[in-house]
Amino acid sequence: MPLITRAFVAFSLSLCLGIAVARAQEVDRQQMKGLDEQVQDIKTDVLGIAAELNLLEEKLLYPSGTQLAVFVALAQGDSVRLDAVQLQIDGELVAHYIYSFKELEALRKGGVQRLYVGNLPTGTHMLEVSVDGKLEGGADYSHTGQFSFDKGVGPKLVGLTVSGPGSGQAPVELGNW
Amino acid sequence: MVRSPHRRLGLGLAAAVAAGQCAAAELKDLHYGEAMFEANQGRFFEALVRLDTELAQHYGLDEPALDTLHHHINGAEFSVGDFELNYRMHNRAGRAIRAVLEGNVDEGIRNEAAFRLARIHFQKDQLDDALHALSRIEGDVPEVIRDDVEFLRANVYLASGRAHDAVEALKPLRDSGDLAGFSAYNLGIALLQDSDEAHAIEQLDRAGQIKASERADLAIRDKSNLVLGTMLFEASDFTRAQLALDRVRLDGPFSNQALLRAGWAEVSAGHQERALVPWGILVEREPTDVAVQEAMLAVPHAYSTLDAHGRAAVLYGRALETFTGEIGKVDSSIEAIRAGRFLKALTREETHQDRNWVVRLRQLPDSPETFYLTDLMASHDFQTALQNYLDLEDLRAKLVSWRRSFDAFEDIIQLRAGNYEPILPGIDAEFRELDSRIRVRLEQRDRISARLHSMLTAPRPDFLSTADERIMAERIDQIDARLQGAGDAAAPDLERVARLRGALTWTLETKYHARLTEAHERLFELDQHVDALKSTYGAYVRARQAATHSFVGYDAGIARLRERVNSALQRVTIVMARQGHAIETVAINQLKFRRERLVSQQTQARYAVADSYDRARASQPAGAGR
Repeated sequence: MPLITRAFVAFSLSLCLGIAVARAQEVDRQQMKGLDEQVQDIKTDVLGIAAELNLLEEKLLYPSGTQLAVFVALAQGDSVRLDAVQLQIDGELVAHYIYSFKELEALRKGGVQRLYVGNLPTGTHMLEVSVDGKLEGGADYSHTGQFSFDKGVGPKLVGLTVSGPGSGQAPVELGNW
Repeated sequence: MVRSPHRRLGLGLAAAVAAGQCAAAELKDLHYGEAMFEANQGRFFEALVRLDTELAQHYGLDEPALDTLHHHINGAEFSVGDFELNYRMHNRAGRAIRAVLEGNVDEGIRNEAAFRLARIHFQKDQLDDALHALSRIEGDVPEVIRDDVEFLRANVYLASGRAHDAVEALKPLRDSGDLAGFSAYNLGIALLQDSDEAHAIEQLDRAGQIKASERADLAIRDKSNLVLGTMLFEASDFTRAQLALDRVRLDGPFSNQALLRAGWAEVSAGHQERALVPWGILVEREPTDVAVQEAMLAVPHAYSTLDAHGRAAVLYGRALETFTGEIGKVDSSIEAIRAGRFLKALTREETHQDRNWVVRLRQLPDSPETFYLTDLMASHDFQTALQNYLDLEDLRAKLVSWRRSFDAFEDIIQLRAGNYEPILPGIDAEFRELDSRIRVRLEQRDRISARLHSMLTAPRPDFLSTADERIMAERIDQIDARLQGAGDAAAPDLERVARLRGALTWTLETKYHARLTEAHERLFELDQHVDALKSTYGAYVRARQAATHSFVGYDAGIARLRERVNSALQRVTIVMARQGHAIETVAINQLKFRRERLVSQQTQARYAVADSYDRARASQPAGAGR
């Protein structure tokens, strides 16, 4: 068989195979599309369950009358690299968190982390926040701040905004929500 | 390639806009910030749960304008759509973005929403809907999406077969920063589809020489050169085809195809020897690649045309050996997939920890030969299917863990009930007694307060008399009553009684104001104690309610949730099996296709070996063999 004929035979075979594959691919595609719709439905259902479960968990473990939640944010545009945050409430260590690169990036993009959720009676309480990190030049950075806050009868949300020394802001700022 | 760059850019843009909205404005709602924290880490499920809850609570309020989320409501509505899009929930994302579009928002925001909606429709192949959404963009278009809007419009036109419109939309984008490479290539393709071959070649030539440093831009430049080279090759313009193909990088994703076509261009130009240069490079590469496998037959074919039949026979023999080995590999890959090892490898946690996870997959023992699946695995449909499978696996793990947490919740409730139930009746009885005493005292206090208040306008000195004075007044009254019946003889005593009464009245009247002031001071002191009492009372009532709420009223909720989790788990298991089966089927189909191709090449090589040996023998001078 001359080479050109062989090449033609090979081409025809590839073409036939190609058509068959294209047909099979179209069937697969339709099937995948149908499955995609089902997956989306399941996701909607599970998201609903998760939301309801969160509410149940919150009601059961952190009733609104005693709930305290502490959030951490980075000051906008601050270059400090946050390594860890330690939290003490009324002298008791309640949270010690070490940040991953991904979490740090998420904070830098404006995200706020819920660092601690717990229960606390009404009244005045002391919050001690220790921050460890590194500055832009690589120098170690550490700061401890103390704050008092009042816990009323409703849930209490406390926001801590961390800034580096060059920012002109307080190293840790406490905001009440 | 026409669509994928846009998808990439689009999602990146969405994430950037969502993050930007949060970072730019001062954050007023911590929970919104928390949702962004999750989303910024790619944890879109968690972000959606948080934001959905926040939005539901916000809209459930009597006065949503007083809620802290009110300050971010537009951003939050957008973010929900973004998160859903990133979590591959296009149906819900479409609804969320449509809601923004229908809402009372600025022109810029509405245009951005229309763009996102159009992008969703485009991804779902709903081209008319995509064009309709794009037609709603008018007036002020935010700078950050201006080029993306036109690029999307061009892609929709291209996909709808409106090549001429696509050309017009793409022309202004040729110098558009990030999109320049993709726009230049797409413009070339659009011109080609518009039957303007001459301008298409000119445009692809420009796209093939564009300055690039990013990986994606370099790849699209290579693709432009490959397409251009192929077009010129088909037009028998071999020299220019060669020039275009030479511009394709040797280490890029289109290098193998370019080398193969460069060889064919040389052969077609009658330069068999020169064809051996690119093909020589190619045959040393990964033998699972289609182009490499084709080159394995092309190289001996070139030697054969150069009358080097002996060399051709050896190389055909080598190709035959390779094809036989590869068929074996493909067979064991098909077997591995059928045994479920492919899905197992795909869902392994460590597989997805970096961008080169497909390479990692190859290193896992017993997993199929993924070199054969590279193209398939890079396709959008496969990626969607795989992501869906991974999402389902993630949901399955979540549901299983939630199911376990119900048992823990019930344990907590049982423990609390065991602790509170025996002591609460006693506490309640004690409280009821205290409560009635408190009520009596509070009523007393209220009466005193009312009386003192009325005395400010209608003075009643007798109300402020001391106990001695009250006794004295009563005795005077008694004496007076007795003396009234005694006749004239009692007149002096009656006068004395009157004097005594007068003395008493004098005291009451003169001391009245001082006593009234003192009474108010005492009432004020009492009120302070009453306030403390009320506060303690309120704290007790709340604690008492919390005690009951800590173990009562959960049963129905937990039972309902447990049922929902079980039913969802069942659905996840079924759909996951179907999705897994679909993934395995497309992978097996792909491998079968490659197998059939390899078998065909094996047959060609087997025939060519014999043919070349015959020719080699025939070309030898008589007696040379001996």
